Amino acid sequence: MPNPRRIEINCETGVESIIELTDAEVAELAYQAELAAEKKAEEDARAEADATAKAALLVKLGITADEAKLLLA
Amino acid sequence: MANTFELITSTTVGAGGASSIDFTSIASTYTDLLIKLSTRQTGSAVGYQFGIRFNGSSSGYSRILLYGDGVAANAGSGSAETFARIAFTQSSTYTANTFNNVELYIPNYAGSAYKSFSTDGVSEGNATQIYSAGIYAGLWSNTAAITSISISEYSGSGTNFAQYSTAYLYGVKNA
Repeated sequence: MPNPRRIEINCETGVESIIELTDAEVAELAYQAELAAEKKAEEDARAEADATAKAALLVKLGITADEAKLLLA
Repeated sequence: MANTFELITSTTVGAGGASSIDFTSIASTYTDLLIKLSTRQTGSAVGYQFGIRFNGSSSGYSRILLYGDGVAANAGSGSAETFARIAFTQSSTYTANTFNNVELYIPNYAGSAYKSFSTDGVSEGNATQIYSAGIYAGLWSNTAAITSISISEYSGSGTNFAQYSTAYLYGVKNA
């Protein structure tokens, strides 16, 4: 199976080239994919924790999200 | 205030797709740069963003963003990143046959100060939590003039720009 290709446009000459990625570039992409997936998982977990904490606080205060918005407006 | 926009180059992705779109040998004769993207990804993951690199550099990027995901308005930020993240990508999970719209503006790209940039982007996805709109402000902490820009999806492998995705690079002069 061929490696993915990239488009390179030389702005000086206007020449557009379709270049197959080298094995090293494919490996770099795989590494970046791993990092991106880890970072996204962290961000998703943080967002979920924030939402859970917010919901718990509303329950503790005995008010709805809309009432909280009203208080902060 | 910019008063001239000159198309430097553009590309349309062909049938084989493309893992990245790279603009190279960008002349320093303009004041600012503007990139307009209309793209779609071949992968199905939702919530990933474009990753761009200036001059092939993999360090010094930071960003702050506001975005709507169909559920709520949100904010986020990142620093010391290996890519500049500029907008959410539109995967195959989004509405079929639609493409996102993204504008990336880079002022003073050829100067010797750190390079700031701003973006706005929207996608079309008729589903819950589908990351449909966002605005970003970013910084590349590097004093080099920008001579090349590489655009891909930050998630890395497994997804390409789909056929008919387009990228336009404009040079902007204010005098």
